[in-house]
Amino acid sequence: MKLSGAQIFVESLLKEGVDLIFGYPGGAVLPLYDALYKSKLKHLRVRHEQGAVHMADGYSRATGRCGICVVTSGPGATNTVTGIANAYMDSIPLLVFTGQVNVEMIGNDAFQEADIIGITRPCTKHSFLVRDVRDLAKTIKEGLYIATTGKPGPVLIDLPKNVLLATADFSYPKSVSIRSYHPTYEGHPAQIKKAFQAIKSASKPVLYIGGGMITANAGKELYKFAMKTKIPVTTTLMGMGAFPSDNAISLGMLGMHGTYSANMAVHETDLLLALGSRFDDRVTGKLDQFSPSSKVVHVDIDPGSIGKNVSADIPVVGDLLDIMKKLNQHVQKDKTGWKEKHKDWLTQIAEWKKRYPLKYKPAKKDGKIKPQQVIEAIDEFAKDKSPIYSTEVGQAQMWAAQFLSFTEPRTFLSSGGLGTMGFGFPAALGAQAADQKRLVICIAGDGSIQMNIQELATAIENGLNVKVAILNNGTLGMVRQWQEFFHGKRYSSSIMPNYPDFVKLAEAYGAVGLRATKTSEVKSVIKKGLSVNKPVFMEFVCDPSENVFPMVPAGKTVKDMMLA
Amino acid sequence: MKHTITILVENRFGVLSRVSGLFSGRGFNIESLTVGETEDPAVSRMTIVTRGDDKIVEQINKQLNKLIDVIKVRDVTAEEFVDRELMLVKVSATEKNRAEILRITDIFRGRIVDVSPKAYTIEVTGSDGKIDAFLEIIKPLGLKEVARTGKIALSRGSKMLTEKNNKDKNNGR
Repeated sequence: MKLSGAQIFVESLLKEGVDLIFGYPGGAVLPLYDALYKSKLKHLRVRHEQGAVHMADGYSRATGRCGICVVTSGPGATNTVTGIANAYMDSIPLLVFTGQVNVEMIGNDAFQEADIIGITRPCTKHSFLVRDVRDLAKTIKEGLYIATTGKPGPVLIDLPKNVLLATADFSYPKSVSIRSYHPTYEGHPAQIKKAFQAIKSASKPVLYIGGGMITANAGKELYKFAMKTKIPVTTTLMGMGAFPSDNAISLGMLGMHGTYSANMAVHETDLLLALGSRFDDRVTGKLDQFSPSSKVVHVDIDPGSIGKNVSADIPVVGDLLDIMKKLNQHVQKDKTGWKEKHKDWLTQIAEWKKRYPLKYKPAKKDGKIKPQQVIEAIDEFAKDKSPIYSTEVGQAQMWAAQFLSFTEPRTFLSSGGLGTMGFGFPAALGAQAADQKRLVICIAGDGSIQMNIQELATAIENGLNVKVAILNNGTLGMVRQWQEFFHGKRYSSSIMPNYPDFVKLAEAYGAVGLRATKTSEVKSVIKKGLSVNKPVFMEFVCDPSENVFPMVPAGKTVKDMMLA
Repeated sequence: MKHTITILVENRFGVLSRVSGLFSGRGFNIESLTVGETEDPAVSRMTIVTRGDDKIVEQINKQLNKLIDVIKVRDVTAEEFVDRELMLVKVSATEKNRAEILRITDIFRGRIVDVSPKAYTIEVTGSDGKIDAFLEIIKPLGLKEVARTGKIALSRGSKMLTEKNNKDKNNGR
């Protein structure tokens, strides 16, 4: 039987077991939306295409599955660019379908035409323009395969309208083979052995864990490894949740706003075990003085990550789950008394942790609310409900990473590489759409939340009861902080008057709005907010002068760390 | 240091822009880039001459390998290889210099491919050293216009880029 391109699209995704896609209709994808009408494929219509990509992204981060979205040509397609770049930087698997004008009109500046393949070429893992309906099913199969394997990333498939209308025999390919694409999964045994020998002979090793550990679903193996070898663990922003944050050997986050203990440990270590991390500048600061006396073991599925910023003494290319399992086999066979071996090192770390914990000056009873205190209170209420957190970008994001507790992977959804304001709220909706019963909390600032606030309508319409905590300090906090420290307190464009009224705005959308203006009101607002069965905006009017500490200024070293 | 990198890619729409975009996006330099079909019409061969220290060239290799349409990458700089470039040069021809131009062209084993009352067009093939030397000598005689193809290269001997024993893409370490 012959199917139209649009039907092939729907049937192919159903064959792949896709349960949910995000999107927004328009002229070029009308045939596609016609095929979606009353189909079994669930489609969640958003309010802005950027929201659709971030939702697919949040869905993917929370579930580990590929996030899928569909938009129309031209402006629909260009609106996805930030979301695609965001997913690319954080290696999140996405399949983005964009509408396109008819094949023969491409290049003629047709109505709502954009060269979206060209525009997104530097921020996609790969992209396809389907020129013949007979290639569509195979392209979808290949696109999904490329997006989800190796180092994952966004793949874009451009669908001209007449390809969606044309018909072809449908048979969905069972397997994929791309002669030029063979990711390495198995770590080289000799390299793994070398890494283990280095671990055995190190006296002050540190595990520096990135988002790759979460992508590889290797958290359990990491836990086993760290607990057995007693090697302290620090995670990047992308790695939060890969290791329980309340563990005695957990150092929390490292880098620009990392903990004193994490940064000191990485500075003093003689063996840095970089697992699924990429030595981002927000982690290293000044490169030539980063972790100056350590040997580096670098494990990554992407050979391109290795040696890009910091050269590795022992590089291992492969899937972290496989490599962690093999490292654990080495540990199991070995008779080293790890506890005794790392005794002095752990004592030193415990002392750092004790001497300079994360801290802030608590507010007086009826004083201005401290944002950190809000995060701590949310953590207290939500802790035993296994919440998923998403964050916007800026001060609120950093406080969330510092003061929330994490026990499992895929529970902290944050824009790490691109630092996209406007990511957190739609990402939370994506995670909530994947599991409507789960408690999903978005930690936002008053600046970021306004970048995709229109998606509150999507939340209401679809019963996505996300709880949004807005730390409202009336400023673009992180910009203001840098201006305070590095630009002579000239607060150029960073002070934002307190518009809109977030409570009224929430109510206008049919959501619940709550506000705390005093310290004493914080807990009651959170308690009420988390118990409501609706999307909630909890606004906390915070002290605008609060800064994120510790802070290693950009391009500086641990020695320049500013403490609270 | 100068590196000559040969690449086999899928002969598809947009592949050239993926490769050149990678160089511009990551700030790598391109001295020359040539591309053409191979013995297999589904595959094209690119030859890129680039400059950079070891770390940069290692990154260039790795990033090229990451492109889905790239089948094979090989930096041939450190091995035995043959390279050639073709150049067309237009030189003003006058009564006085005609004989001299012919003589120099002959020495460089070039060919005059077009003659007009006021100009000669000369074809020269060779390594970039030879081409540069020819240009230097011909310049004072009235050089008008130059077109160069950029370098193409093949490894010496029977070794081929498509062979299995070559370092595989994304190899284990």
